[in-house]
Amino acid sequence: MPAASRRPPVSAVELDRRAYRRQQNTRSVLVSLISTIVFAVVVWLTVINTPGWSRVQQSFFDIETAIEAWPRVIAGLWVNVQVLFFAVIGVLVLSVLIATVRTLRGPVWFPLRALAAAYTDLFRGIPLIIVLFLVGFGLPGLELFPRNSAQFWGTIALILTYSAYVSEVFRAGIEAVHPSQRLAARSLGLNHGQTMRIVVLPQAVRKVTPALMNDFVAMQKDVGLISVLGVVDAVRAAQIETAANFNFTPYVLAGLLFVLLALPMIRLTDWYTARLRAREQIGTLV
Amino acid sequence: MTAGPVLRLDGVRKRFGDTEVLGGVDLTVGEHDVVALIGASGSGKSTLLRCITLLERIDDGQIWLRETDISDPRVPADRIRARIGTVFQQFNLFPHIRVIDNVTLASRKVLKVPRAAAEARALELLDRVGLADKAREYPDRLSGGQQQRVAIVRAIATNPELLLLDEITSALDPELVAEVLDLVRDLSTEGTTIVMATHEMAFARDVADRVVFLDGGVIVEEGPAAEVFQRPREERTRAFLSRFLGPS
Repeated sequence: MPAASRRPPVSAVELDRRAYRRQQNTRSVLVSLISTIVFAVVVWLTVINTPGWSRVQQSFFDIETAIEAWPRVIAGLWVNVQVLFFAVIGVLVLSVLIATVRTLRGPVWFPLRALAAAYTDLFRGIPLIIVLFLVGFGLPGLELFPRNSAQFWGTIALILTYSAYVSEVFRAGIEAVHPSQRLAARSLGLNHGQTMRIVVLPQAVRKVTPALMNDFVAMQKDVGLISVLGVVDAVRAAQIETAANFNFTPYVLAGLLFVLLALPMIRLTDWYTARLRAREQIGTLV
Repeated sequence: MTAGPVLRLDGVRKRFGDTEVLGGVDLTVGEHDVVALIGASGSGKSTLLRCITLLERIDDGQIWLRETDISDPRVPADRIRARIGTVFQQFNLFPHIRVIDNVTLASRKVLKVPRAAAEARALELLDRVGLADKAREYPDRLSGGQQQRVAIVRAIATNPELLLLDEITSALDPELVAEVLDLVRDLSTEGTTIVMATHEMAFARDVADRVVFLDGGVIVEEGPAAEVFQRPREERTRAFLSRFLGPS
């Protein structure tokens, strides 16, 4: 490390401060470690000493049932992942579109603007499960569209509901970009569309990325709700296994798998948020 | 093209609600003219510039850019704005794209110049202002003075017929003002037509061909820089200048 060797020698006062901080650090790590272990042991002992623990363990945490249910549940989870993949793409496209429409000014755009506003009001209000029923059973019933699987309609329902939330996140981002950016772009001769696409939206997306990622995490578990349409996803598979064995372990297994699916995204969100914060408060202690 | 004026304002009025910000402004800016707008904060300098570049709609009067009445709503505003370069007090560079992309954006997207040609021209301009090595940086890595020089380069990259400068040194630390003003001085000697709102009286006296003193949204006094600064005719001009330059 040539850079370090050129540094001037550190004063005795600073060395003393560093030693003190190191000591404080070691102490807090020890305290947190011990308190975590104590807490975990207390919780564990409390649970296994409850009067009904053995029965609960048998019907919710049975290893053999879990192993038996595994192939079906994991196959179901793959369906969830596929639905999630297409739903995320659909949500991103639709919500950017709606957010953009809501920021259009001028009376010509009133019908579109009103439609977009009505859409976000409606779909933020209706419970997802009702949208699933309406879209999954109602829309095919019109016999207007070619025959599609329940998985397809479930994906559409998810897109419709989540786009309403996500478009509001995008709109907040668009409004958070300082108006002077728009002025600068327009003064260069860029038209409204170019200004949005090249100047405003890229900055808006950056501002709302943590919030977007959080909505994405929420969506990750809500894909399980498409099971109400009869799609054999992880939840539905667990239900089938549960009915076969009168044991709830497959549900717990499915739940764990959903957590594992969500974890990378949750960690990524935390990391990204922390990075943004670190960048904004360089050089402060608190 | 004939030697007609680049810009002509004819009785321009602008109100915000009940406040009249511009009360009938007449102004003519000829080819290669450098006009300095001076006046206290709120005198209407910035509003006037924003009306010229069509960021504000005027309430009466006419604005002519060469032979075009640009206050006519039938005139495509985007095309007019592309003919006028504007530099703002707060630089307003686009923080998410690199310096070179800031500079080439209008050429590429509005004038449809191929990227290679636009970048060659941008690099040439950046080199002239001593910032060629910053072309690939993001704007927030630059000092205020450097950012403002980039903003000026961005404004002139499309060879606008008119350059509007809106108090471009007001947000800068004092030691960074000179580098920006030197660039404006260079542009003026090269013949760029400039209208600038400024608080830099010494600079205005030095560089401007003509000084326009605005007060309460009207032009109180207008004339050659030396004349307005040394022998102001109007009492209001004298009062304003003595506050800035100290009593003579």
